[in-house]
Amino acid sequence: MANVLNKVPVREQDPKVRATNFEEVCLGYNQEEAMEEANRCLGCKNAKCVQGCPVSIDIPGFIKEVKEGNIEEAYKVIGKSSALPAICGRVCPQESQCEGKCIRGIKGESISIGKLERFVADYALEHDIKPEAADSTNGHKVAVIGSGPSGLTCAGDLAKLGYEVTVFEALHELGGVLVYGIPEFRLPKQKVVAKEIEKVKELGVKFETNVVIGKSTTIDQLIEDEGFEAVFIGSGAGLPMFMGIPGENANGVFSANEYLTRSNLMKAFDDSYDTPIAAGKKVAVVGGGNVAMDAARTALRLGAEVHIVYRRSEAELPARVEEVHHAKEEGVIFDLLTNPKEILVDENGNVKGMKVIKMELGEPDASGRRRPVEIAGSEYEMDVDTVIMSLGTSPNPLISSTTKGLEINRRKCIVADEEFGKTSKEGVYAGGDAVTGAATVILAMGAGKAGARGIDEYLKNK
Amino acid sequence: MYEILKAEKLAEKIYLMDVHAPRVAKHCQPGQFVIVKMDDKGERIPLTICDYDREAGTITIVFQEVGASTVKMADLKQGDSFRDFVGPLGCASEFISEDLETLKKKKLVFVAGGVGAAPVYPQVKWLHEHGIDADVILGAKTESMVILEKELEAVAGNLYVTTDDGSYGRSGMVTKVLEDLVGNEGKHYDTCVAIGPMIMMKFVCLLTKKLEIPTIVSMNPIMVDGTGMCGACRLQVGDEIKFACVDGPEFDGHLVDFDQAMKRSQMYKTLEGRAMLKLQEGDTHHGGCGNCGGDN
Repeated sequence: MANVLNKVPVREQDPKVRATNFEEVCLGYNQEEAMEEANRCLGCKNAKCVQGCPVSIDIPGFIKEVKEGNIEEAYKVIGKSSALPAICGRVCPQESQCEGKCIRGIKGESISIGKLERFVADYALEHDIKPEAADSTNGHKVAVIGSGPSGLTCAGDLAKLGYEVTVFEALHELGGVLVYGIPEFRLPKQKVVAKEIEKVKELGVKFETNVVIGKSTTIDQLIEDEGFEAVFIGSGAGLPMFMGIPGENANGVFSANEYLTRSNLMKAFDDSYDTPIAAGKKVAVVGGGNVAMDAARTALRLGAEVHIVYRRSEAELPARVEEVHHAKEEGVIFDLLTNPKEILVDENGNVKGMKVIKMELGEPDASGRRRPVEIAGSEYEMDVDTVIMSLGTSPNPLISSTTKGLEINRRKCIVADEEFGKTSKEGVYAGGDAVTGAATVILAMGAGKAGARGIDEYLKNK
Repeated sequence: MYEILKAEKLAEKIYLMDVHAPRVAKHCQPGQFVIVKMDDKGERIPLTICDYDREAGTITIVFQEVGASTVKMADLKQGDSFRDFVGPLGCASEFISEDLETLKKKKLVFVAGGVGAAPVYPQVKWLHEHGIDADVILGAKTESMVILEKELEAVAGNLYVTTDDGSYGRSGMVTKVLEDLVGNEGKHYDTCVAIGPMIMMKFVCLLTKKLEIPTIVSMNPIMVDGTGMCGACRLQVGDEIKFACVDGPEFDGHLVDFDQAMKRSQMYKTLEGRAMLKLQEGDTHHGGCGNCGGDN
C-alpha cells in the first residue's frame, strides 16, 4: 500500500532499453494500480482540478467511478467533455493544469489524473466501448479544416449534436500533429491515435484526406458550391522558423518539423518504408520546447549522440518537466546557456560543425524571463554533423490569403474569440494553433469545443 | 484511391499517366504541381502537372525514373491506383494574373530541357488559348529522349528542337540555341521561362543575365509535405530563404542560388542509391557486399 501522500508509481520502459526503440515509454496503470491511485482522491465538491482543465472534464466524477471499479462509467463521464482521452492522458501538461490545482498536491503529490484518464481511455479502446452518437442528423452541413486535436474535437462535438460533419485533411493520414509531430514512443499511432479517430468516425463524421484548403478548394467554395453552412478552421501551426545564421541551408540542417515528419508520418525510422532520414551521428537540437525534446529523443533512438542547445537555463526550458526528465534519463546531453552563431559547412555542402557562444542571464525581458546575453569571447565549436532547428513556427498563409474577409492579426494568426471561436467572417470559426500560434494539444481541443459551441449557436439561430 | 486512366511510356525512362483526381483538375493552373504517394509505405513524390481536363476530372503527369520510388511507379498500369494524390500545390505561373493586353505585347521564350517539357506544355497551351504564341526551345540528350514534340508544336509559335548529340533537330545544348536565336537570327525576347534539370536552368540563367532577358525558373527541390510545413524545399533566392512548395515553385532565375540548390538535392543520394540496389537485387540484397555500405 502506497503512502497517501505519494502517487502510485507508473511503470515505464527502462531508459537504457527504450533509448534504442520506438515503443511507448510510459506503460500506464493496470486496474489495480488505477483503483489504488483513485482512492487517494479527496473528491472535492468545488473541485479545483476541473477549473484547471481546458475542456472541464468532471475529474472527481470519473475518478469516483474508477475507485469503484466502474471503468466503463468512468469513460462515459470523460466522454461528455473529451473526444480524445487516450491522447490527452498521454500528452497534456497536467502538472500545470488539473494536477497543478489538485488539493492533494499541497502537502504531498497531486493525484495522477493524467495517468488515470489514460487508463480509463485505454480500457475503452481495448473493450471497444462506443461513444454515444446522436439519434438522428439535423441536416446541417459543417466543414472542419484539419484533423488535428482542434478539428477532431470540434467535429466530434458537432456530430454528437446531430450535425453532418466533413473533415478535410491536407496530408494523407488523419490526426495532424498527433501523427506528424508527436513521436510513436510518446503517442502510439495505430494503438491509440487511429483508434481514437475511429471513435470520431463512429459518431458519423466523414473524413476526406489530400485536400489542401486554399489550394484544392477554398472556404468560399465550400460554402458556395458544396453547401456547407459553417466552417471550423483548425489548420494548425505553419511554417518552421530558422535562425538566420550562416550555413543554415547546408545539408544536415533540418527543421524539427521535417525531421519529425520524416520519422513519425513517413515512418522513416522503419526500414520497410521508402522515405529516407539522415539520422546523423552527432546531432544538435536547437531549442528547448516539447518539439525539441521530441526531435532529440527521436535522433537518439536513430542512434545519434544528441545535444540540446538552448540559450537560457534549465529553469526556463519551455518543455514539460516530464519530457526533460525522460530525455535526460535516456542520455540526451543538455548544453544550456549556449547559442548557435554559425553552422560550419564542408566543401560538399554538408554540416561539419557548429560555432556556438556561451550565454548568461541578464535583466528580465518583455516575457518576464531573464534575457540571455552573450559572454564575450566564449565562442567554441561543437563537433556535429546534423543540426535540428526547433524554434517554433509562423502561421501558414494558405487559408488566410485565399478566404475573403478573414481577419488576421499582426502575427498573421487568424483572429477568433475565445468563447466561441468566432472569426471576422460570418459562419467561419477557428481555433487551435492557427489562432494562438504553437501551443498544446489540450488547448487546441478546448478551442475545438468552443468552435463547436459557436457553430451550434450560429446555426440554431440562423 | 486515384485511378490511373492511361499509362504510356514516352521515351526511355520517361512515363506519362492520366490520373483521376477531380478536385485537383477543377482548380489547378499552369505552374502548379501535385504530390503522389503510391502505397502505404511509399514516399510523397512531387510531380509537375503536364495537362488537365476539368470536365473529365483528370490530371496528366509525366515523370522520369530517377530513384527507387519512380522506378516502382513506372510499373503502374492503366487501372491501377495511387493511394494518395494531392494538389494543386504551389503558386500558378505569374503571367496568369498579368494583364492580358500587356502580356500580349511581350515576346516570350520557353526553354524546356528533358522532362521539363512536361511543366512547360500547360503554360504554352494556356498562352495559346489566350491568343499568345510563345516560342519554345525543346532540348533532349538524344532523339529518342525528345518528348511532347507534337503537343508543343500545336500550341507554340516557333518550336526549336535540339539534341545534345545532334541526332535530331538542331545540334547542341538549349543554351546554344537561345544564343543563336538572339545573337544570329534576330530574335528578341522580353521574358524567358526555363524548366529542366537544375544544371540546365543554371546555365540558361547565366546566359539570359548576359542577354538581359528576365528569366523565370521552376525549382524541383526535395520536399516532404508540400504545404509549407517542413522547410525541406528551402532555397536561397536573393537575400531571402524561400520555400519552393508555397512561395514557388517558380522564381526569378537570376536570384536563385543554383549551386546551393544542387547540393541540397544531393542530400539523400547515398540513401537513394542503397534503396535502388535493394530494389534491383530483390531478395538477394543483404547489404553486406560492401558496395552500398550496408543497410544499417
